[in-house]
Amino acid sequence: MTPDLMAEGARRREAMAARAAEALASAGAPQASYGRVVRAGTPDFAHGVVLYVEDVTVSFDGFKALNGLSLAVDVGELRCIIGPNGAGKTTMMDCITGKTRPDAGRITFGTNVDLRRLSEPEIANAGIGRKFQKPTVYEPLTVFDNLELALAADRRVRASLFSRPSGEQLDRIGDVLQRIHLVADARRVAGTLSHGQKQWLEIGMLLMQEPKLLLLDEPVAGMTDEETERTAELCLSLEGRHSLVVVEHDMKFVELLTQGRKKVTVLHEGRVLAEGLLSEVQADPKVVEVYLGR
Amino acid sequence: MSAVAPTSTTTAVRPEPVEGQRVHRGFDELGLNGTPTARLLGARQWAGVLVAVVIVAVLLPLLNLAVPPGSALHLPDFYVGLVGKILCYAICALAIGLIWGYAGILSLGHGLFFALGGYAMGMYLMRQIGRDGQYQSDLPDFMVFLDWKDLPWHWALSDSLAAQALLVVLVPGLLAFVFGWFAFRSRIKGVYFSIITQALTFAAMLLFFRNETGFGGNNGFTDFKRIAGIPIATPGMRVLLMALSGLTLIGMYVMARAIVASKFGRVLLAIRDAESRVMFSGYDPVHYKLAIWTLSAVMCAVAGALYVPQVGIINPGEMSPAASIEMAIWAAVGGRGTLIGPIVGAFFVNGAKSWFTAAFPEFWLYFLGALFIAVTLFLPNGLVGLLRRRPPR
Repeated sequence: MTPDLMAEGARRREAMAARAAEALASAGAPQASYGRVVRAGTPDFAHGVVLYVEDVTVSFDGFKALNGLSLAVDVGELRCIIGPNGAGKTTMMDCITGKTRPDAGRITFGTNVDLRRLSEPEIANAGIGRKFQKPTVYEPLTVFDNLELALAADRRVRASLFSRPSGEQLDRIGDVLQRIHLVADARRVAGTLSHGQKQWLEIGMLLMQEPKLLLLDEPVAGMTDEETERTAELCLSLEGRHSLVVVEHDMKFVELLTQGRKKVTVLHEGRVLAEGLLSEVQADPKVVEVYLGR
Repeated sequence: MSAVAPTSTTTAVRPEPVEGQRVHRGFDELGLNGTPTARLLGARQWAGVLVAVVIVAVLLPLLNLAVPPGSALHLPDFYVGLVGKILCYAICALAIGLIWGYAGILSLGHGLFFALGGYAMGMYLMRQIGRDGQYQSDLPDFMVFLDWKDLPWHWALSDSLAAQALLVVLVPGLLAFVFGWFAFRSRIKGVYFSIITQALTFAAMLLFFRNETGFGGNNGFTDFKRIAGIPIATPGMRVLLMALSGLTLIGMYVMARAIVASKFGRVLLAIRDAESRVMFSGYDPVHYKLAIWTLSAVMCAVAGALYVPQVGIINPGEMSPAASIEMAIWAAVGGRGTLIGPIVGAFFVNGAKSWFTAAFPEFWLYFLGALFIAVTLFLPNGLVGLLRRRPPR
């Protein structure tokens, strides 16, 4: 084989690869390739799935809070999870974020990062943010300081001693302040915010972490109708850039979020009872029975 | 990766600005110029620091050494010793205030670190006695009394001031680090942590009471003669040690301010109030608690090392649980959640103690109890809470 033949071959091969990539991109498919390197600890989303929960079981003193729960969330998806009290919604979040260790089953971030092996801070740094049911912000600090602490940066002690936010980071804080409607309150002490504002601040803190996946546990609990609408708007604006899992009781809010075309998952007794469009799920006799009782 | 087709995000719930329409402005254009990060100290506080330096390093020494004893302005030697002692206590109170007020860690065992620092210094002072002891031996008296022929291994460096000064920092620091590592990693918090620190100091006290550990048993070390070859009981040395204690306190105060004003300090506050939020934000609280806990222990140890040459004795009584609880009381009385509060508290409680035990010796403990109840009931922010309207963060 002569050198010019080899060069010709390489050229053709590159052209083919470029055409293939173009076709894939235009079809909106994830760009997988065999030469892709998956580094340990870095989540791999090439299959378009951000989170796999497979057959997870958790029991507390014999009570099965989760009983063979399986679930997959796509990249950029906004998934609402509903279910009656005690269905295992919060336990599921605890398992994903490392607070509770599952007794059986697998939970992976992307296809490769096994979340059962990581600690809470490691999971957070891998790109999973969690909002608690009760708004949890740093009450003695200002809104600005709250966001600054959440800013994705070196989390080690030594770095924290001398850290000052850079101009770029300040802009990010400013951007999030606008997004959560708290620009005018940036210097206020977080403890003096209203309940709804604290919920937003906590969501803002999650955004500062630049997570791939956001878990929101009842984000509109205790909010007024107007605040609920603005929160829905905020969540919808995040869809696509982040994957969101929203656990919620408020059906009106779920309706706003799903816009009549997104999947809803119903949990009951620690497993998935039904999955589908909100209207389908609401018409499902099994779901009706669980919600209304016999 | 992530070639997710942007779903039509223009379906607004509200008609007004949603994605795409929002004007992304830089931080400076939001009218929030500058970072709202707290400054280390304001001009007035720096002036206060300067005044404090002048008092302990110039004014008090002059009043003691230069003003003749007959004058009304003369500061008697007794008060130099008392102020020096209280300055050391104030360092301990500051150390406790730093972890209790800012990280929510209540230690009831800081007397241990104080005593370890004191013992490390005491070993050096014992060797400085030389052959001037009761038995005129190269060995410290208690070793002769126990019929020991050689120095035990842990006294190997005891004739060097520099080496012992290093041990003042290293030994308590290492102990605090190891203890803290296990305690914080096991997520022991609140009252459980406090109780374990009590147990730790109590266990150490029992250990030091034993003669065979080589620390002089229940008599500890005393009868010091000189430090770095200079006689220890001279007015000049007394004033020097007092001034040194004062400057150390001031230096540590400024350092503590710097810590509290940094991002590290804000993470500590966050851990105090919402530890799980901190964890889910990607910080590992263990490292942060361990850092401040170890630093606090070392501060206490340095105070102990300055204390021993001034009072002339160190014995296991300093490790008794009561001694450690008293330190926490100083911080609580002065006002936790501030740095100046614990210092004020140490001066107030010990000043009152010194006056009461002279004037009404039987009533001192009643007074201390009443003081603590009064502060708990009426002054949740301590004495400095009276002065400030709003507790600072």
